[in-house]
Amino acid sequence: MTQLALVIDLNVCVGCHACVTSCKEWNTSGIAGSMSDDRPYGESPTGNFFNRVQSFEVGQYPNTETVHFPKSCLHCEDPPCVPVCPTGASYKREEDGIVLVDYDKCIGCKYCSWACPYGVREIDEHQKVMKKCTLCVDRIYDESLPEAERKPACVMACPTSARLFGDVHDPDSQVSVAIREEGGYPLMPEWGTKPANHYLPRRKTKLKIHEDELIRADNPLKKEGHLPTPDESTPTLDDSTTW
Amino acid sequence: MHPAFSVIFLTTLIGVGQGLFLALYTGEIYSTLDLLPAQGGQFYVIGSVIAVVFMAAGLLASFFHLGHPERAWRSAARWRTSWLSREVIVLPAVISATVIYGGLHYFGWGMTADVYAVKGLLSPTILVGAAGTVAAFALFLCTGMIYACIKFLQEWASSLTVINYTLFGLASGFALATAYAAYSGSELVSFYGVIAIVTTVVAFITRVASLFRNARIKHKSTLQSALGVRHNRIQQRSQGFMGGSFNTREFFHGASVVWFKSIKWVFLVLVFPVPIALLVAGINAASFDLLAAAFVVQYIGLIAERWFFFAQANHPQNLYYQTVG
Repeated sequence: MTQLALVIDLNVCVGCHACVTSCKEWNTSGIAGSMSDDRPYGESPTGNFFNRVQSFEVGQYPNTETVHFPKSCLHCEDPPCVPVCPTGASYKREEDGIVLVDYDKCIGCKYCSWACPYGVREIDEHQKVMKKCTLCVDRIYDESLPEAERKPACVMACPTSARLFGDVHDPDSQVSVAIREEGGYPLMPEWGTKPANHYLPRRKTKLKIHEDELIRADNPLKKEGHLPTPDESTPTLDDSTTW
Repeated sequence: MHPAFSVIFLTTLIGVGQGLFLALYTGEIYSTLDLLPAQGGQFYVIGSVIAVVFMAAGLLASFFHLGHPERAWRSAARWRTSWLSREVIVLPAVISATVIYGGLHYFGWGMTADVYAVKGLLSPTILVGAAGTVAAFALFLCTGMIYACIKFLQEWASSLTVINYTLFGLASGFALATAYAAYSGSELVSFYGVIAIVTTVVAFITRVASLFRNARIKHKSTLQSALGVRHNRIQQRSQGFMGGSFNTREFFHGASVVWFKSIKWVFLVLVFPVPIALLVAGINAASFDLLAAAFVVQYIGLIAERWFFFAQANHPQNLYYQTVG
């Protein structure tokens, strides 16, 4: 089976929010209609987003590191938001594993958002239906687009290629290789939701050098000092041979 | 979680209605077995009307929770997986059973009707009441499981949630039945009153048990598991936006610590000791006013209890929304 997903590389994400704005732009002008905002230029702006970038400080000054953390629907393989939906508006597609909401069936009871531990579902305060990341389902299958552009808007927008898109069930896909070889991990594994989206950790390239490797430049196994001189009666190989 | 008054009124009002219906039916069963004096049909008819009014008011309140109430009929579709869908089916079933139950009494087909008493047959009201009883308890189960089935809302994910919903419904319903019996001059005042007191005492034990349980909960999700970063010291520096969002409104109760803690004591006083004292005094004095006050005080307390129930639940998504920026 196919399970489309994103792999987000925290090692290269610079927290620029290009994925956030690109997501908002694509989906607010897409076939599913606008994502409503309130007071966008007012005192307390609020609105509907499928994707957020958050920033966390890890460690204590001066040994700190900033982790920029993009968060959108993880398209869980066992999504807890789907079985709780009373109308069946929330569903997981068989063919590609994308978790979607049928906006025509949603009654806006918000129960699915309670049942998502990641907080990636947001109600649209004007259309009164639950909305979430669609993995740009209206884009990735659009044959009028060049094949290279049949990717989610956030992936297209990322200037550092921190977002990879593909089938995590295909062991040879770019995303599967990245998860396998770069230490990809799911969020909150304790709830057994099996998120399809994975994150690649911060990683540093380091040389491991032992202290004795710095002190002794030559072979440490070789003893120093005067070489034993063979007895004259002992048969020798030739003059160049040492012990 | 942010307590929604639509859901607070839904769960408390239908609990009262279910409890009152169960009280009426329990009384009729005892009368059939000649353990209690038989009541006239009118007692059951008016009682059923009151129960239906409470449940219908709860149902009405639930519509205010929906973004698209006109599509509410769709919510019966996923009863195989969703406790909410099951509740949507069972609630009208309980209301229907109560309407039929009251209707049968209205037409004189209750157990006092001679035709059944003479032939020793079960009256239609006994049969319909039995079906209604099963449905009423199923409804308690559905209502409780809506909250108890979300495993990562650890404050809710406990059998105590279902037990408390059931006991609070029974206690408030029997308290209302006590007042109603006093008003209609029935002999069932002390019968209903004692059951109301006993269920209130048991509910006190189970609710305090859940308070102790929740006070000791160790949340499984941490900032470390939410981000997948292993470090003891992680602090949010930005949640990604300056204004609010659905995430900051729906999952935080937004009340002050003092308010939050005081609501707990408000409900602990209003739901348990005050109604019990009023019930005891009301039964002894055979006073409708005291018994009505017992029900009203307990119902107000239950609103506070339900508010606290929602506010206390700590959603793991809140880990991602600790600092505006």
